[in-house]
Amino acid sequence: MGKTGIIFKRELYAYFSTPLAYVFIVIFLVMNGIFTFDLGGFFIRGQADLQPFFSFHPWLYLFMIPALAMGLWADERKSGTIELLMTLPIRLRDAVLGKFLAAWVLSGIALLLTFPIWMTVNYLGSPDNGVILAAYIGSWLMAGGFLAIGSCMSALTRNAVIAFILTVAICFVFVSSGSPIVLNAFSGWAPQILLDAIATLSFLTHFDAINKGVLDIRDLLFFAAVITAWLLASAIVIEIKKAN
Amino acid sequence: MIEISHITRKFEHFTAVDDLSFSVAEGEVLGFLGPNGAGKSTTMKIITGFLAPSSGRVSIDGHDIAENPMSAKALIGYLPEGAPSYPDMSVISFLEFIADIRGLSGAQKQQRIEKVINDVELSSVCHQTIETLSKGFKRRVGLAQAILHDPKVLILDEPTDGLDPNQKHQVRNLIRNLAKDKIVIVSTHILEEVSAVCTRAIIINKGRIVADAAPAELEAAAPAEFIIESQASPGKLEAFFRSVTTAGAQ
Repeated sequence: MGKTGIIFKRELYAYFSTPLAYVFIVIFLVMNGIFTFDLGGFFIRGQADLQPFFSFHPWLYLFMIPALAMGLWADERKSGTIELLMTLPIRLRDAVLGKFLAAWVLSGIALLLTFPIWMTVNYLGSPDNGVILAAYIGSWLMAGGFLAIGSCMSALTRNAVIAFILTVAICFVFVSSGSPIVLNAFSGWAPQILLDAIATLSFLTHFDAINKGVLDIRDLLFFAAVITAWLLASAIVIEIKKAN
Repeated sequence: MIEISHITRKFEHFTAVDDLSFSVAEGEVLGFLGPNGAGKSTTMKIITGFLAPSSGRVSIDGHDIAENPMSAKALIGYLPEGAPSYPDMSVISFLEFIADIRGLSGAQKQQRIEKVINDVELSSVCHQTIETLSKGFKRRVGLAQAILHDPKVLILDEPTDGLDPNQKHQVRNLIRNLAKDKIVIVSTHILEEVSAVCTRAIIINKGRIVADAAPAELEAAAPAEFIIESQASPGKLEAFFRSVTTAGAQ
């Protein structure tokens, strides 16, 4: 087992040795139920697909994922264990990646536990399970994007609540950057090319494409790039801020 | 051999460590003394590779901590200030985690974990989560993780802080026993501890070395006007304390 694996194991173990993992999973499942059946009108639509289920995920993640990510580095700084961790013979990337993967796998477990909804739709009709699989993959990738942002924000501060708020704010910008709320702030003074660039950063646009069953390599690359960029930023921030 | 040459660490408003140079050889137990804020902890953080110095170099047994951090860090056992550890882990799983990171496995891993648990007397709390432990036990968990891989270099930032006199006595014995072929640097502001365990003492003030000699030489050099004959000698008081609180006292 590599050093990344050892860190990953410890982090995942830590999630499950406190109530955090269980609270996260239960609330995630309950909220999914409310969104899908109540707000999404799963039954009323009379369609054998999981669109109403997946289309709320960006908004659900907006509040749930920052809660998962806020302690990643802030807690290490607060308790001083960062000094222990960083003086062990590991590379910074082992720690950044191990921690991120543990949180990502936890969000994946929560996502997999929504399987009754998949069974329900298969019982009621005959949905395109390929589309559903693509949407599951897309949803998990999007969760990874949120988590990587959260990892970086958590590295910025020793206060987990501040990390939570910062993460929600940045994630909101990324979710909604294709919508008028964000674009109106730029239109009028920024060139069209910048507007287009901002719009393409939107998590919603890329997730919606995957959600419709179009597993385009560009959308997958987008989320991979977001995760990589924010994890790199995390490493840089940790290196700069660890002394303070 | 640890060689520290001309390290300086500047923070925004002050210089914590100012052009510090010294080296420590095998078998030496170096007491690192100084008032609060003198730069003791900053120096230790630089030696262990947690902080990069603004200038200067640190070499651990020939491995430069900046150029070769992995091999330098593998040689060091470090107890950071305040003995941080993961509060939601049990003592045993915390030590297993450290052993994994240190590359110990199989029978050797089990044997080393058992040995350190014995050495610092943690067996009664092995399966408790660290957050439920008293300050003294937490400190000993920190010590256990530092000596787990039988490191060549041991760097302990205030190892006896928060321990009662019995535990202090125990930890000092432990350090003395460990020291034989190792390099040990211990920071403290308890001066009698230096006479008890160290073969050499460095006193730093405002980031600079102001004295570097054997503890006995420093004692001999104390100016007469600074010597106050105290009514109770702390050494004797401690001996008495231990005699009445240690089970089966000699």
